[in-house]
Amino acid sequence: MEASWWKSSKFWLMWVGYIIAVAAWYASVKWLPLDSFNRLPDPWSVITEWFSPEPVYGVSIFTPIYYQHIFYSVYRATASFVLAVVLGVPLGILMAWSPKFDAYASALVGLLRPIPPLAWIPLAILMFPGIELAVIYVTFLVAFFATVMNTYVGVKSIDPDYFRAALSLGSKPRDILRHVIIPGALPNIFTGLQIAMGAAWFSLAAGEMIAAQYGLGFMIFESYNLIQFPTIVIGMATLGIAGFMSSAIIRVVGNKLMRWRVQSFGIGG
Amino acid sequence: MAQDIKSKFRWPQFNWRGAIAIVGFFAAWHFFVKLGVPGFKEIAAPFDVLQTFLTRYVNNQEYWSSWVSSFKRVLYGFLIAQVLGIPLGLMLGTREVFHNLAYPVIEILRPIPPLAWVPISILFWPTTEMSIIFICFIGAFFIIVINVHDAVRSIKNEHIWLAQSLGASSGQIFRRIMIPSVIPSIAVGMTLGIAVTWNVVIAAEMISGGNGLGRLTWEGYVSHTVTVVIIGMISIGLAGYLSTIVVDYLEKKMMPWRVVR
Amino acid sequence: MEIEPGDFVAIVGPSGCGKSTLMNIIAGFDNVTEGQVLLDGQPLATATTPPKPGSDRVVVFQNGALFPWKTVLENVMYGPVIQNMMTPSQAEERAMDLLAKCGGLNKVAASYPPQLSSGMQRRVEIVRALINEPKILLLDEPFRAMDTVSKTVMHQHLLEMYRVCRKTIVFITHDLEEAIYLADRVVVMTSRPGTIKSIINVKLPRPRTPNMMLSAEYLALKAQAIAGVHEEAKKAFERGEREHA
Repeated sequence: MEASWWKSSKFWLMWVGYIIAVAAWYASVKWLPLDSFNRLPDPWSVITEWFSPEPVYGVSIFTPIYYQHIFYSVYRATASFVLAVVLGVPLGILMAWSPKFDAYASALVGLLRPIPPLAWIPLAILMFPGIELAVIYVTFLVAFFATVMNTYVGVKSIDPDYFRAALSLGSKPRDILRHVIIPGALPNIFTGLQIAMGAAWFSLAAGEMIAAQYGLGFMIFESYNLIQFPTIVIGMATLGIAGFMSSAIIRVVGNKLMRWRVQSFGIGG
Repeated sequence: MAQDIKSKFRWPQFNWRGAIAIVGFFAAWHFFVKLGVPGFKEIAAPFDVLQTFLTRYVNNQEYWSSWVSSFKRVLYGFLIAQVLGIPLGLMLGTREVFHNLAYPVIEILRPIPPLAWVPISILFWPTTEMSIIFICFIGAFFIIVINVHDAVRSIKNEHIWLAQSLGASSGQIFRRIMIPSVIPSIAVGMTLGIAVTWNVVIAAEMISGGNGLGRLTWEGYVSHTVTVVIIGMISIGLAGYLSTIVVDYLEKKMMPWRVVR
Repeated sequence: MEIEPGDFVAIVGPSGCGKSTLMNIIAGFDNVTEGQVLLDGQPLATATTPPKPGSDRVVVFQNGALFPWKTVLENVMYGPVIQNMMTPSQAEERAMDLLAKCGGLNKVAASYPPQLSSGMQRRVEIVRALINEPKILLLDEPFRAMDTVSKTVMHQHLLEMYRVCRKTIVFITHDLEEAIYLADRVVVMTSRPGTIKSIINVKLPRPRTPNMMLSAEYLALKAQAIAGVHEEAKKAFERGEREHA
């Protein structure tokens, strides 16, 4: 990360790669004599639509409806994610700490986990009053399992010597939880949160396509039904950006909380 | 070593707490339904589900054919992802220029949830079948590419230098060092990939499919027959579980030097 | 076997003779199956009472167990603060004082352990133990993974710390020379079953300097000890050969 990063071949190759990808997209849609490709929207029409003050199909960065969809998706993703963390981290710690509790809980987790969260959608709609809660529940479910599993692994992978050292220094269980288990499992917990966030967006997109009235997933599917093809790509791109940004936020928060880790790795190279 | 082999054949101790938990789960389900606890009013009790299954589905040709069509889609999507993804991951990991050129593009496409590809996929592919397989492919593809890529990049230079100093050709280095070092990551990528693929196929079938287990579940919902919804879910869970067992078995075959879990 | 307050006792033996088990029993991590351990006449561990670790016997571990997520200062302050022995500001003052006394470690007080050399980490870990005013300091092969040069430097540091604080030290090692050089008494253990084979009293004067390793007295003690350990090692080796034949 020196000052001359713009001189490195890596940087230029990256842009060459982007340009080739976009050009290939444009060329295959516009010039390739294949129906399959010709049906797709080309990058130029997507870009002009996305940044047009008067979009042909009604969705661009200048229209309130675009932000309304983003707001709904972000709200659902955040709500399910927070719920998953608040419930998942303590459960993971408890399972790793108490073998008895682990025996009860892991049987239930083993029973429910093989069912793909998206298969819950119909049942969730029946169980919860309102589609909103059903979509959040399905999104929550994926994020929850990822959080529990990674927290569990995180606690289990703490070097037993740290527990012994803490005991030897006169710690009570409360101190061990606060000073050994939580900081020791934090790296794995944050890996889990990254996965959980990715998984949350994954099932949110599906949930919104199948059931919701607003949101980016809904926007994509609605545009398909209304034959507004550039808007589909706008929705996909926005989902990608949202997913990328949310995992970047988790990474930044994680690095803030684990300064010890960043620094030691920085020195090690 | 001798101990490892011995412990492999020991029966796992019976987890009676787990059994209690599972029985408790079904009991709670049953009573919540019978007592009409909010949220469970619309749900069928476990016994009703079992009865419906035994009377209407065990001998139902259509039901078993939805198993087959879902399995087919998962299998094709998953296999194509491995066949294309593993070489791409190896290339990205070994060729510096190609890496700098293509990896950023992959990084941009990766955060897009697989299911967001559904409409484009339907537009692009001539049949629904092909578009569902494509979505499954997307689900497993990025995972395997990233896993293989990371594994190649983390191979220790010492191993390669050692081989070079022993006079190994680049072909031999590839076969003897590269492949064995990425196999564990391929295994991880496959385990994650098969789970995602099942997830994806269900949703894709709900959105667009004409048949399959996801469709079965969805139709149960549309026709308001909760027993069918639950049968669908359990079947999906079972199917996913079976595929995981197969993938685990393949992993063990691929890595004879490792005691997997 | 008895250990007097202020003694520096080294326990030596071939691997697998139960040195670490003994340490775990004294520290209160493991159960005793037979016999008992007394501290100031009070039973610490017997076959019937469950083990209980405590800050009167602090352990310094083989592989190091400084919390990597706490700074050097926070690590040292940890013990007294969680036991409510001191307020955080008192603990900080005391910690900085001790760190400074032990070779200028106060300069790295704000660093995280992984940033330090392994020798420094060891010294910090010993300071983290000392600040609790333990009755016994248990050192479990603390210099095992170090090269000869750093080991010699660490020996001087440890002897200096011992001179300053005069704590009872139980030092576990498989290195005879180290044991004789550092300790007042060297306990040689036999392997399987782990019992005490002999106790060597080291009457080398303190403060000890590396030159003493060349003195006739040191060499005589070493010869005596080697004879005992060698016999043991040979027995263990032959037993091993027989078992695998």
